Amino acid sequence: MLNAVPISYYLVLSAILFGLGVIAFVFKRNIITIFMAIELMLNAVNLAFVAFARAWNALDGLVFVFFVIVVAAAEAAVGLAIVITIVHNRQTLNVERVNVLKF
Amino acid sequence: MSLPVIMFFVFAAIAVAGAILLIAAREPIHSALALILVMVALAALYLLLGAEFIAAVQIIVYAGAVMVLFVFVIMLLNAGVEERTNWSKIAPWVGYPLGAFLLLELAHVGLRAGVGRTIANGAGASGTAASTVELSKSLFTTYLFPFEATSILILIAILGAMILAKKE
Repeated sequence: MLNAVPISYYLVLSAILFGLGVIAFVFKRNIITIFMAIELMLNAVNLAFVAFARAWNALDGLVFVFFVIVVAAAEAAVGLAIVITIVHNRQTLNVERVNVLKF
Repeated sequence: MSLPVIMFFVFAAIAVAGAILLIAAREPIHSALALILVMVALAALYLLLGAEFIAAVQIIVYAGAVMVLFVFVIMLLNAGVEERTNWSKIAPWVGYPLGAFLLLELAHVGLRAGVGRTIANGAGASGTAASTVELSKSLFTTYLFPFEATSILILIAILGAMILAKKE
């Protein structure tokens, strides 16, 4: 309790995780892996919210984290249903093959 | 080097290792397991920050429901090894350094934003602000409208997922 963890450590970790999520989102070709990169980015942002909620002794950050988790769960459900529909129609999980709307 | 700082570095290293495993894995199921590792490490960090309720919600909802859904869908669709792309060969050589630069830039901003602030570790600090009772009071009075709106959102998500994934 005497030696506290500075908040900047948590923010740097949140930034690193967010950057790794962006790298995974851009470089991966499997739709489900891209989805998981989105979840990783959301988790990084949640960590920043909780760190600030702790630093400023405010509860609003924790309430927002709660809503982010709930909305991410709903989005994962609907997104994976869309992925199942895509596989049913195009028989592939490669995003480069899903190019019917491409110019 | 007090115990909270050591615990922070241990769980931060586990989280970063999980994220790198997610990028480096060749099968999607390994990426899903790496993401579960990241979420559990983040739950431990939330406990270190004194947000016990959020840590519990993270384990139960995120690592226990969302990731299980991911694993089920990966096994349902039989997602195999990722194929090699036949696009540009030098794109990774430019892209990965740019991605690392984005990462470092965000980390630099985070470092400058938090300079001069220290927060107490979770267990012994004045837990009045972050206790579950206060959080639920705030959730059901100030944030009642978003709470009800998200419950309707979940209902819509259930209906959408059922209709989209139905066999014709």
